Amino acid sequence: MLTLKSVQAGYGRLPVLKGISLHVRAGEVVTLIGGNGAGKSTTLRAISGLLPIWRGSVEFNGLNLARLTPEKVVAQGLALVPEGRRVFATLSVNANLELGAFHRHDKKQVRRDLEEVKERFPILRDRAHQAAGTLSGGEQQILAIGRALMARPKLLMLDEPSMGLAPRMVAQVYAILRKLKADGTTILLVEQNARAALKLADRGYVIETGRIILQGPAAELQEDPEMQRAYLGKGYREVWE
Amino acid sequence: MFFQQLINGLTTGSAYALIALGYTMIYGILGLINFAQGEIYMCGAFVAVLLLATGKVNFITAFAAGMGSAALLGVVLERVAFRPLRGAHPLVPLISAIGASIFLQSLALLLFGPNNRPFPVQFEFHTITVGDVVISALQGAILLAALILMALLMLFVRYTRYGKAIVACALDRDTARLMGINVDRMVALTFLIGSALSGAAGIMMAIYYNATYPRMGLLPGLKAFSAAILGGVGNIPGAILGGLLLGVAESLGAGYLSSGYKDAIAFVILILVLLIRPQGILKGKGH
Repeated sequence: MLTLKSVQAGYGRLPVLKGISLHVRAGEVVTLIGGNGAGKSTTLRAISGLLPIWRGSVEFNGLNLARLTPEKVVAQGLALVPEGRRVFATLSVNANLELGAFHRHDKKQVRRDLEEVKERFPILRDRAHQAAGTLSGGEQQILAIGRALMARPKLLMLDEPSMGLAPRMVAQVYAILRKLKADGTTILLVEQNARAALKLADRGYVIETGRIILQGPAAELQEDPEMQRAYLGKGYREVWE
Repeated sequence: MFFQQLINGLTTGSAYALIALGYTMIYGILGLINFAQGEIYMCGAFVAVLLLATGKVNFITAFAAGMGSAALLGVVLERVAFRPLRGAHPLVPLISAIGASIFLQSLALLLFGPNNRPFPVQFEFHTITVGDVVISALQGAILLAALILMALLMLFVRYTRYGKAIVACALDRDTARLMGINVDRMVALTFLIGSALSGAAGIMMAIYYNATYPRMGLLPGLKAFSAAILGGVGNIPGAILGGLLLGVAESLGAGYLSSGYKDAIAFVILILVLLIRPQGILKGKGH
């Protein structure tokens, strides 16, 4: 469904992605794991058109996205839940959800989808007329996911949905993702929280300083010694131990 | 005398408020103070006055044409003076705005000459006397028209798809793009609406003062800028509040102190706001 071939991109003249290749098949949940500054968010920004791609190609269902603006990319069926949620703080929850469907013109279906999203996330119905900025971090994350679903994406991309959330909220967000997976949603999930991401995903990629250093089925990655040491905290000892 | 000045102040204040809305909306979405807003106000007045002077157009058509031309001028201005500078240092578009302002004033001077044109249509306005307060129906009409335009704007911003999209662009441009919102189009729409409102204000004041001339936009433009700052730049209700407050303060000051201080009052308020509460009465990007 989505194929990246040696994608290079960066900010200004500074290269961040030094040749990223990965793919996501329809119905799959794929996670991209890495530390701070590894290039996870940059990869998603490059796919969604927010960041120009220097070299390489991004293909989605046979269409090259590399030169498209974000407005056009979302119309192709890729929705991004951005890092830090980025809900429109002074707009109501309802307005945020409606904006998620901005590129769509099937008004009736949009209204049905709005009901469906609120059915799926009852908290958004309770808070429908509240300004999004008044919601808690976890609620904002749910809103950001709901807003992305309003785009009716063929591929849902999430950038660190667990970031800055209390453990209870992380569990809730992951429960939502599990439900989406069970419904057959294709997901590309970027995470620092490798443990949670690998538990959910079918396959995973590990990115370090702009390169993919490890890939494979999620179950295998969970067992990988390098992975365990670096990202899952196995065998960790303080130097004096 | 107090009520008399209050009514006078609200009338001019409503014009400041309409121009201030242009400033504040454009600032909200681009972070740019469009100092040519006063010239857009002048353009609206000139188009309406010139059309009416032909004697072939009725008032409503001329009013609509004035607003429309102002809106068009705003969109063209954005296209030629601001869009090419997107991403440049914030001072650069500011200089461009001042340049556009001088250019448009000079152009009007060349095209229409320096003379003042009276408003071509004479309205027979009754005056209503309540106690010792004299309210002209003209003032009432101006206030009413301005309030209707403001209400329409607020309804547009709160309840329409494009209104919300404009707010979204003002709040977070990248995320707005992720929703499929074309930011350039929303910026153009903002200029269109803000300029139409300024154009309407220009026509109203051309009637009120019975004067249309190339430099007519200079002072109202600067005062509306102060009003936008007073209300909290970027904030739509703030611009309305700031405009009306400024008009009233100016009018009361002229009545109780001396009319010679009238123009100074707006700028004294501007300085005080910047010193005491630089974020304005209502801060932030409200709508």
